[in-house]
Amino acid sequence: MAERILKSVSVRALKGAKRGGQYRKEAMIAYGILIAGYILLQLGAATGIIGRNLQGQFVPICVYMALAISLNLVVGISGELSLGHAGFMAAGAFTGVVVTRVLEKSLSFAPARLIIALIAAALVAALAGFIIGIPILGLRGDYLAIVTLAFGEIIRNFMNVIYFGLNEKGHLVFSFNHAIDGIEDANRVITGPIGATGTTQIATFTGAMLLTAFTLFVVLNIKNSKQGRAIMAIRDNRIAGESIGLDVKKYKLMAFVVSAALAGMAGCMFGQNYSTLAPVKFNFNTSVLILVFVVLGGIGNIWGSMIAAALLTILPEALRQFSDYRMLTYAVVLIVVMICTYNPAIKARIGAVWSKINPFRKRSKDNSGSSGKKGKEAA
Amino acid sequence: MNFLTNLISGLSLGSVYAIIALGYTMVYGISKMLNFAHGDIIMIGGYMSFIMSMYVGMNGWLALLVAIVICTILGITIERLAYRPLRGTGSLAVLITAIGVSYFLQNIALLIWGANPKMFTSLFKGMSPIHAAGGKLTITPESIFTILANIVIMLCLTLFVSKTKAGKAMRAVSEDNGAAQLMGINVNQSISLTFAIGSGLAAVAGVLMCSAYPVLIPTTGAMPGIKAFTAAVFGGIGSIPGAMIGGLILGIIEIFSRAYISTELADAIVFGCLILVLLVRPTGLLGKKVHEKV
Repeated sequence: MAERILKSVSVRALKGAKRGGQYRKEAMIAYGILIAGYILLQLGAATGIIGRNLQGQFVPICVYMALAISLNLVVGISGELSLGHAGFMAAGAFTGVVVTRVLEKSLSFAPARLIIALIAAALVAALAGFIIGIPILGLRGDYLAIVTLAFGEIIRNFMNVIYFGLNEKGHLVFSFNHAIDGIEDANRVITGPIGATGTTQIATFTGAMLLTAFTLFVVLNIKNSKQGRAIMAIRDNRIAGESIGLDVKKYKLMAFVVSAALAGMAGCMFGQNYSTLAPVKFNFNTSVLILVFVVLGGIGNIWGSMIAAALLTILPEALRQFSDYRMLTYAVVLIVVMICTYNPAIKARIGAVWSKINPFRKRSKDNSGSSGKKGKEAA
Repeated sequence: MNFLTNLISGLSLGSVYAIIALGYTMVYGISKMLNFAHGDIIMIGGYMSFIMSMYVGMNGWLALLVAIVICTILGITIERLAYRPLRGTGSLAVLITAIGVSYFLQNIALLIWGANPKMFTSLFKGMSPIHAAGGKLTITPESIFTILANIVIMLCLTLFVSKTKAGKAMRAVSEDNGAAQLMGINVNQSISLTFAIGSGLAAVAGVLMCSAYPVLIPTTGAMPGIKAFTAAVFGGIGSIPGAMIGGLILGIIEIFSRAYISTELADAIVFGCLILVLLVRPTGLLGKKVHEKV
């Protein structure tokens, strides 16, 4: 008896250690990708290997990486399907634009303006996430998905009727559903369906990369915290989680709000990268695009979604010469990858082939599998 | 009279949503998947009918028939190639695949027919609108036929599902896939049949919609698809009368908010109503409440 208990405890301790190791491995890979990517892209830009077109994609790549990481918190870690991520991105982008325009005269140091804008964007997006999160957390699965879709569309729709401008004194003027009269074009900040105009572009590659690193830091730490484990326990079995006293609503709301805030910050950086930005940019397709990054990278796999985001942002640029067939190829690749990764029969076949040709295969895999089984029996 | 005109155009738009939503709701009921490519089948239906009547020179009604046949085959093919390999692997994988299929259809249409809008000739071109109340109230033939088509389709589907053997098999599969198989029902065949009916209806909806709103571009189906999906959820996804009620209510809300509140905010109001309904009834108006087993 004592032996069995001891055995189960040791197995559990081992598993705990393994999980810690996994976390470190995941974090190292993710940060490694980020740093290596930064150095490579900077070198490429400095030596002229990477052309102007692709250099223009540097900030969007970082932004989409950050968005993929933040959506992974909801879809991968919390296990809820969200189809409205672009809505939070929009909220953040337009908040950021308004804040930087107001501060433009009084605060000439651009990075400081950017940081204030990022904080404001995070707050507004978090508030939106909170308001949206409270009612929808009672819903399950596909119903939740449709409500996030609806909210994403509502946010974008509201952006179409919001007007901001600066009057002669430099004060902010706001108007709903009709344009503001008596303001010069240069002083318009947000003009309904036309969107943000006259934004000074203060987003830089380094800044965007730091933002991605920050997003990564937040999400990885949540994943490896007590709260993160609670969120994942609820994802795996809601009823079991509830029965051991986890507050399901609280944890789900937490994941949702943090994800919204991070998406808002990414959106803010995105908004600062363009002098004009229309609300149409944040439609359903953008939400889906971010979801595709997450699913292609492997749901819950954070560095996978980062790579997927980077590749799928570069891919359309790289495929420019096939312009007509570009999106068609993209669609076919998406379907084939989904079938290959999720169909059990095809997956097993690919796995068998891969284990034959994989140069890094582990020989001790069978041993760990059998000890895991024993551990279960002992417990 | 303004009110009545709006009501009729609301009912007409709502009927289009309802017909699309029927396809959504049946597919969801039987395979528990959100078929995001459904909206694009509408677009393909519209283009097929356009091609048949413009270039082949068919009669509008014959062109509609051809469009229905092509969309039915398309629906079955998509299910066979893209969705069946992923059956039983969780809703997210199938959802992304459906989005992939949606992109695929849109881009195929873009390659074949280009981005320039095609002006669709109405199916009811020769008919003149009905004037009532001293010319103040005008009812277009498009409205009348769309509303009629919706009622007929709805009645036929309800009869089909409740009376025929194939319909009963479909209901059994959507109730319990495994048990239905044990009872000797061919599950694959039932699911294919559902996709066939849904896609055929999508073609009808496409032609009716393009008759009323005649601009045809590769993304024509996207927004009505999302709205119809909303309508299906509104009425309780999986329920046939629910899809019709949801579609009609949604269409009326949309037209009325366009007319009386704001054109820009109409979509926001439609989606806002959906959220309100789901807050009060989490499974939609006529949806069944599912009890969870531990």
